[in-house]
Amino acid sequence: MTFIKTTYNRRSFLKVSASASGGLVLGFSWLASCSPTAEQLVQMPEEWFNINAFLKIGDNGLVTIMSPNPEIGQNVKTSMPMIVAEELDVIWKDVIVEQAGLDTKKYTRQLAGGSQSIRQGWQSLRMAGATARHMLLQAAAKQWSVPISELSTEGGIITHPSGKSAGYGEMASAAANQNVPEEVELKNPEDFKIIGKPTKNVDGPKIIKGEPLFGLDYQHEDMLIAMIEHPPAFGMKLKSVDGSEARSMPGIKDVFTIDSLPEGTEKQWSDVNAFPQLVVVVGNTTWEVMKAKKALKIEWERVSEGESTLDYKEGLTKLLEKPAEEPARKDGDPDWAFKNAALVIEKTYTAPFLAHNTMEPMNFFANVTSDRAELVGPIQTPEYMSKTASKVLGLPEDKIAIMMTRMGGGFGRRLYGHFGIEAAVISQKINAPVKLIYTREDDMTQGTYRPAYKVKYRAALDENNKLIGFHVRGAGTNGSLVFANRFPAGTVDHYLAENYVLDSNISVGAWRAPRSNFIACAEQSFLDEVAEAAGKDPIDFRLELFDRAIANPLILNDPEKMADVTRDFLFETVAKGESAKYIPKDTKRALRNIIPELAGQPARSEVGRDALALSEII
Amino acid sequence: MAQFTIKINGEDHQVDVAPDTPMLWVLRDHMNLNGTKYGCGIGLCGACTIHVDGVATRSCSLPVSVVGESAITTIEGLSKKHDHPIQQAWLEHDVPQCGYCQPGQIMNAASLLNQNPDPTDSEIDIAMNGNICRCGTYIRIKAAIKTAAKIG
Repeated sequence: MTFIKTTYNRRSFLKVSASASGGLVLGFSWLASCSPTAEQLVQMPEEWFNINAFLKIGDNGLVTIMSPNPEIGQNVKTSMPMIVAEELDVIWKDVIVEQAGLDTKKYTRQLAGGSQSIRQGWQSLRMAGATARHMLLQAAAKQWSVPISELSTEGGIITHPSGKSAGYGEMASAAANQNVPEEVELKNPEDFKIIGKPTKNVDGPKIIKGEPLFGLDYQHEDMLIAMIEHPPAFGMKLKSVDGSEARSMPGIKDVFTIDSLPEGTEKQWSDVNAFPQLVVVVGNTTWEVMKAKKALKIEWERVSEGESTLDYKEGLTKLLEKPAEEPARKDGDPDWAFKNAALVIEKTYTAPFLAHNTMEPMNFFANVTSDRAELVGPIQTPEYMSKTASKVLGLPEDKIAIMMTRMGGGFGRRLYGHFGIEAAVISQKINAPVKLIYTREDDMTQGTYRPAYKVKYRAALDENNKLIGFHVRGAGTNGSLVFANRFPAGTVDHYLAENYVLDSNISVGAWRAPRSNFIACAEQSFLDEVAEAAGKDPIDFRLELFDRAIANPLILNDPEKMADVTRDFLFETVAKGESAKYIPKDTKRALRNIIPELAGQPARSEVGRDALALSEII
Repeated sequence: MAQFTIKINGEDHQVDVAPDTPMLWVLRDHMNLNGTKYGCGIGLCGACTIHVDGVATRSCSLPVSVVGESAITTIEGLSKKHDHPIQQAWLEHDVPQCGYCQPGQIMNAASLLNQNPDPTDSEIDIAMNGNICRCGTYIRIKAAIKTAAKIG
């Protein structure tokens, strides 16, 4: 049994409750409405009692649990409420899940990124469930005049050894008025009934019916449709526009230009946007606006030199030809090692720019009036969007409400929410609710692409096939590629890491991590090559390196753990799990096969991420 | 603009739109049927798949003017109680990840089973080839189609 101090106190709890009923209340009913099953619909409670920010309990025992984080296909809308339900100790089928909007007073880190939702939300989700359970017990103890310690719960029912029992629904009203405990008891993980059990996607039944869930599906009274036209190439900007023909077309309301990131706006990391100045067409329906968009006559002008695919190939290759003046890391005497090696292995790995190509193109709904803004859509970083929207719209953050829709993919693209800011600026300009839709072409040609990379590895083996020298030299567009202290740094006496950056006018960003998945594939593929050249099993070869890391004081973070991960995790957990089919029978090139497979897929499970993080952590 | 009477999910509906308006936008913007998704607009991704007289068709590339008397079925109308064998199997296998492409996948798979009630692996591969899932749920899609074939 674990006890944790709750981070609520009576005062903050009251404040939260008050802000739920007063303050800025907007019409998010379209999305925030309950998603009960057919069975639950028949048994909807007559009254709900708010217990805390994460949950409310109906008078009949049904529970509504708020899912705080954006749902991007990683299934947090199922897994986060499961954690609350576990500590609350209810039956999962009695749980209705609702997506919470952005609310920094109630929730922390409402962000989808870095595979952190569960890891960072774990404690507060458990606390929310356990606190509510405790308050239900307090209510029962008071009503029955028994000590709280004599009460127990199971599946939403409170019992006392005397034979008294009550469902949560019967105690919900009284529980809502209990003092918030300063400390609550958490379940022993061995007693978990919901966590750890395969549980189906709570939105599954809606998805297979085609119910509206995504940003693009959002509807609002008197909503207009907007589309944008951005420059045809990076390094260009708008010179002039003739929108007269487009404006005269059926269903078109207006054609104008916007600047969604005016000069002088203080930028955050999430404000990546190559084309803040855009031509906008607003009209009644999507097809009418699409047609009018094609009728725009726009002149663009160059602001920096044009770039081509060949430029990156040549530019990156050229950088890899020369030694860096200042290595990122140098151990021992790498020159000596390579001169005296019995065998040198050299391989080069490259990756082009990659677009995210989420199935659902970028879009956002905005309804901005003189004193408030309502933003609804697919966004991985609502809190950051709120900050930028506040600056650009000139409204205080507490007058900006953001609701996250289910996302038709993200992969990092929706960390950078310029499309939401653009929607807001458009709505402010035309003073009407508007849904901004990117065409697939707009989406493909204006991204936060994963940068193009090139990395060259060299390994020196002595006559006993021992790795004596290791050299990595990498070049990335608009960002460095090589982690100086990354594995196998520290396991090799003579080690050299060199890093180059090639400047480009292309906007880049995270794409299932910006560089980690590329470098993990490259490095692990290379280690397989080295193992093969040395005549060693690829896993044994890595374990040898870990042994050296453990023995060598040069070493970085927790090599013992990484050895355990390699030995136990990959071959116990992964090999027995879904990825087993990707492992060839002889385990040759095992890591090479596992890691790219997982890297190519969004992190449905934490398993994939951990395998990827293997080299990252060290 | 022109008046069209279109049979959608068993009922006649009248719309007043430009003749070149794709069925995708008729459904989404005029019929409030948002289950049919916009992915690419040029018939390459499959997210907008509907049935025209029972056959899978890309609604983004189907102008309303050529539909005529044909019966349109969308994901909302695939079955009255959302219990088409494909829908049952989709839930059983918990197929969707982000879910955006899934209405198109389901409509295409249902059309496949209409024509071939017991498809082989390679027949599934060929039939489903044009429906992209960016999350990579293909393995579960295939398993669900096989389960649906057994239910059906």
